[in-house]
Amino acid sequence: MVDIEFLKEKARQVRIEVVKMLANAGSGHTGGSLSAADIVTVLYFYKMKHDPKNPKWKERDRFVLSKGHAAPVLYAALALSGYFDKSLLNSLRKLGSPLQGHPCCKDLPGVEVSTGSLGQGLSVACGMALGLRLSGINSRVYCLLGDGEIQEGQVWEAAMTASHYKIDNLCAILDHNNLQIDGSCTDVMNIKPIEDKFIAFGWNVFTIDGHNIKDIVEALDSAQKVKGKPTMIVANTVKGKGVSIFEGKVQYHGVAPTKEELEIALKELKDGKN
Amino acid sequence: MGKIDCTCTLSEISDFYGKEMATRDAYGIVLVELGKKNPDIVVLDADLSCSTKTVNFAKNFPDRFFNIGVAEQDMIGVAAGLALTGKIPFASTFAIFATGRAWEQIRQTVCYSNANVKIVATHGGITVGEDGATHQALEDVALMRVIPNMTVIVPADAYETSQVIVSATEYYGPMYVRLGRSKVPPVMPKDYRFQIGKAYVFRIGKDVNIIANGLMVSEALKASEILNKEGIDTGVANFSSVKPLDEETLLKIAKSSKLIITAEEHSIIGGLGSAVCEFVSENYPITVKRIGVRDTFGCSGSWKELLKFYGLTAEDIIHTVKEFFKK
Repeated sequence: MVDIEFLKEKARQVRIEVVKMLANAGSGHTGGSLSAADIVTVLYFYKMKHDPKNPKWKERDRFVLSKGHAAPVLYAALALSGYFDKSLLNSLRKLGSPLQGHPCCKDLPGVEVSTGSLGQGLSVACGMALGLRLSGINSRVYCLLGDGEIQEGQVWEAAMTASHYKIDNLCAILDHNNLQIDGSCTDVMNIKPIEDKFIAFGWNVFTIDGHNIKDIVEALDSAQKVKGKPTMIVANTVKGKGVSIFEGKVQYHGVAPTKEELEIALKELKDGKN
Repeated sequence: MGKIDCTCTLSEISDFYGKEMATRDAYGIVLVELGKKNPDIVVLDADLSCSTKTVNFAKNFPDRFFNIGVAEQDMIGVAAGLALTGKIPFASTFAIFATGRAWEQIRQTVCYSNANVKIVATHGGITVGEDGATHQALEDVALMRVIPNMTVIVPADAYETSQVIVSATEYYGPMYVRLGRSKVPPVMPKDYRFQIGKAYVFRIGKDVNIIANGLMVSEALKASEILNKEGIDTGVANFSSVKPLDEETLLKIAKSSKLIITAEEHSIIGGLGSAVCEFVSENYPITVKRIGVRDTFGCSGSWKELLKFYGLTAEDIIHTVKEFFKK
């Protein structure tokens, strides 16, 4: 039985850690970390089989954060899962920290692959899924992409590969907040229709509210039952979700909260307005 | 190539000794043999498997072969993913597409993650021939050499290639192996054993030492024979391992030389010549003359014509040495 309230609470905690570590770092990507918070929470606290005490467990599910700039949300999920001590989050973006500005798998347990240059994660996820299939390991690979990211051509190369090789142990999730650095995705370089594109590429596609925990749970569960093709979950989200002053504001793509903004954010998140 | 089918075994690496054949052909054969022994070996190609010779592996192990189509960036990413689940992926295509088109994927996903991906590219250099500049990689060694964690190997003949491919499976980490399209004469001796980061010295000369790799080792040996006859004491070393560079051997060579010649089927910028200059200038400054393609694109022609046209023959090496000593 899925405990929706538990997951909502976890998502709230994830958001709190995200804004705290970003404000402490003084730089980083606030908007896209918060928009992905519910998706990442459901993956780490419900869907994925993983063992924080044994990060290299062979039969774990894999998570690839293709939109690597949302590193804070991954770090928060890893810390709250117990991969490392929460105090390490204070070292985000600091010299010598394993919490690099974009995820680096070298020194941080739980990070499967280094990401940050957009468009590359889905290919890696395809390779992981194929590798697991070859080894007869019944694990799944999850890959979170940004919507601006799908402007990268490599995403569509990987989309072809996933369907050509019938990679059904792969589930991609699109954090569709419709904002990228220079403005709305529609204005910068139209990415629509998203669903039709992936369907045309041979994918199973679900569209959900990316902040509705129940929707996310159901979509991830349904994806697991789809055989013979990969699944793309188009998650409609709001950039900066959970903190009113950041919501839907493109200027918070790559800007961390100030001290004052952090106070407002923590007040809202602690009041449980989310 | 002469008819050599995929029936040799690993204990018969020595079968490649003394054979004049393209390094890509050796690769195709050895890969199958390794595939029989190690189920973790997987192979990827980008629609050039008949040219890169990975087709041999594809026929023998269809479940472990992934043709990614004309999509080199994706191929490198998929290879990284396979490596991160414990497989040993060999990703092959032409050198210029492997290293050029997918450079950032190699940097970010393979090398920064230290994924155990073996990029074995064929059609390196000018001897691609008739296809012309678009398909002749003259920059690939430079492109790979600058990336941290990357190992860069340019074998000289089929015998060395077969050993390099075996080493690639034993070594953990990203590796770039550059192979050629055309047949190359055998140069390495029977007792030769390839080691990453180790140069092979045929002989150290007291006047000139030629540091070469790839098919230029053969040209260097031809040149040294003539120079020695003419009284210029000339040595030759095969620096197939461009990165890591065998600095110890290089220093020894530098100390014995009045002149070092580097010879490679690559741009004079960024490849073996540059690597040698970087080390020598910092540690034992003596004159280094670089034989290579002089900051220009290639063009169509037969590979033998092209080697002459771009100044990559034994005669060019001899000419460069004589000009130096004339002064």
